[in-house]
Amino acid sequence: MITSREKLTSYLILGPFALVLAFPFYWMLWTSFKTELDLYDINNVPFFFGHGSPTTKNYSFLFNETEYLTWVKNTAIVGVAVVAITLVLAVPAAYALARLSGRWGQSMGVGIFLTYLVPPTLLFLPLSYVISHFPVGGHAGLQDSLWSLVLVFPSFTVPFSTWLLMGFFKTIPRELEEAARVDGASRLRTLFQIVFPISLPGILTVIIFSFSLVVNDFVYALAFITTSDSKTISTGVFTELIRGDIFFWQALMAATLLPSIPLALLYNMFLDRFIAGFTGGAFR
Amino acid sequence: MATVAASGRTRRRRRNLLESRRFLATALIAPAVLFILVLVGGPLLLAMYLSLTDAVGGTLGGEWVGFDNFLNAWRDPNFRRALRNTLLFTIVSQAIVLLCAGLIAHALTRPIRGKWLLRFLIILPWAAPVPLSTIGWLWIYDSLFSVVNWVAKQLHLVDQFNPPQWLGDPTLALGAVISVHAWRIIPFAVVIFLAGLASIPSEVEDAAKVDGAVGLKKFWYVTLPLQLPIATVALLFGIVFTATDMTVVYILTQGGPFNSTQMLTSWAFFTGIRGGSLGEGAAVSLYLLPLLVVVAVLMLRFARKVEVT
Repeated sequence: MITSREKLTSYLILGPFALVLAFPFYWMLWTSFKTELDLYDINNVPFFFGHGSPTTKNYSFLFNETEYLTWVKNTAIVGVAVVAITLVLAVPAAYALARLSGRWGQSMGVGIFLTYLVPPTLLFLPLSYVISHFPVGGHAGLQDSLWSLVLVFPSFTVPFSTWLLMGFFKTIPRELEEAARVDGASRLRTLFQIVFPISLPGILTVIIFSFSLVVNDFVYALAFITTSDSKTISTGVFTELIRGDIFFWQALMAATLLPSIPLALLYNMFLDRFIAGFTGGAFR
Repeated sequence: MATVAASGRTRRRRRNLLESRRFLATALIAPAVLFILVLVGGPLLLAMYLSLTDAVGGTLGGEWVGFDNFLNAWRDPNFRRALRNTLLFTIVSQAIVLLCAGLIAHALTRPIRGKWLLRFLIILPWAAPVPLSTIGWLWIYDSLFSVVNWVAKQLHLVDQFNPPQWLGDPTLALGAVISVHAWRIIPFAVVIFLAGLASIPSEVEDAAKVDGAVGLKKFWYVTLPLQLPIATVALLFGIVFTATDMTVVYILTQGGPFNSTQMLTSWAFFTGIRGGSLGEGAAVSLYLLPLLVVVAVLMLRFARKVEVT
């Protein structure tokens, strides 16, 4: 049993850390409801509201007078397309690596995972060279097109997701598949009717985390896309809502907070599965 | 009649092919591997090629210049500073991360009330998109309205009329960048540590208790050695995430003031995309490759070791 002193120590460690680590988000929330007068009065206590605060006008400014909603829409389009491509490529590969191939499958899995360590830093210059030079479907190039991101993002979501899924597939008892095979089901049928339905939680986890990787990219979006109506939230908020020295701080904070909260909630819900898959790929 | 029989045969043969483990495995793996080869392997080779030419943005081709780009970059004081900063940011932030994450993860394993909320708050910096949350720090470190400075002023820790310029002073800006890097990696390390702690069998705990190992002693002789492998994984990832990240520096300081906070990644961006010198930019980013190879080798060796045990 754990003593009450141990409990107290836990709170004494976790409390301050939780406060400091979450502080920027609290501060975003607070700032996003402030009026100009309130925000830029140096004699104010910044932790209180006053001078007409709290107000929701920063949010209506964000939605009605900036291209924020366009960026959100673009992010959703890219996210959905990337997740679809990722699933089509990663799910079969991960299953085959976990189940159909022996030792070389494990080595190859680790090999695929290592490509996840090749950072965008090394790749964005050659890729931007390719994307601006090679005509695709009548266009001069994919520069400034959302499709450039759809094409490039799977280069990190596929290795990452394959690795996670390998971990999940390994946890499915072999007996289930063998029973289906004895009953005369083909390998493909076993895959579609037994393996995939059981792996649904794992696949959902991969969807969430791939989407999160997409929203976290900054380098590719910055290098490939310069027109404001093709931007995603990752670069749009920073490059468009800050104009020269003019900062729309309240709207900025609203813009950064809004996508963060739902993503963080989903992230937290699937975290335990993520841990299981992430460490299960090789370390089991 | 004959055609029906023939098509039946092909179908059977196709079916048999799909039942062959080797064929099916290859068919399922090939698309992913091809995609990765084309989109990771290809650009990596192209980066190496570009780094040996004087290619510029906007035009095709470029003359072969050998290792000139690498030598030019090396002679540039800005590059040297970027290289030094990359190492500095990575080492200092990861030291902070290991210490804090170890403490947090250990405290989080105890069954306490409100654990879900505490964990949620602690995970936030990793769960929220970095390109957005870093903008929050930009505001926290603002030159006039910094909340950090406001608190420090109330506590009389800083000059009332000339408070620290977190992003405007070259030395302080280094600290600001490090703080944000550490802030966003701590939750990731906590997550990995938790996985490691969860994998310690309860028999070990019991045995330690029987042998009278408690508190610090237990931590040092039992928990730490068992935690070490997974802590290494967290560290290796933390190194890669920090050393190759451009988002934090780009948003906080754009490498400034006076290029004092450039990292290799941001310097490659400013050289290759803003300056248009693709060849030299590629050379700058390739200086990261040795570090990544070392991490990859360690990771491989490590994965194998864990597999055996």
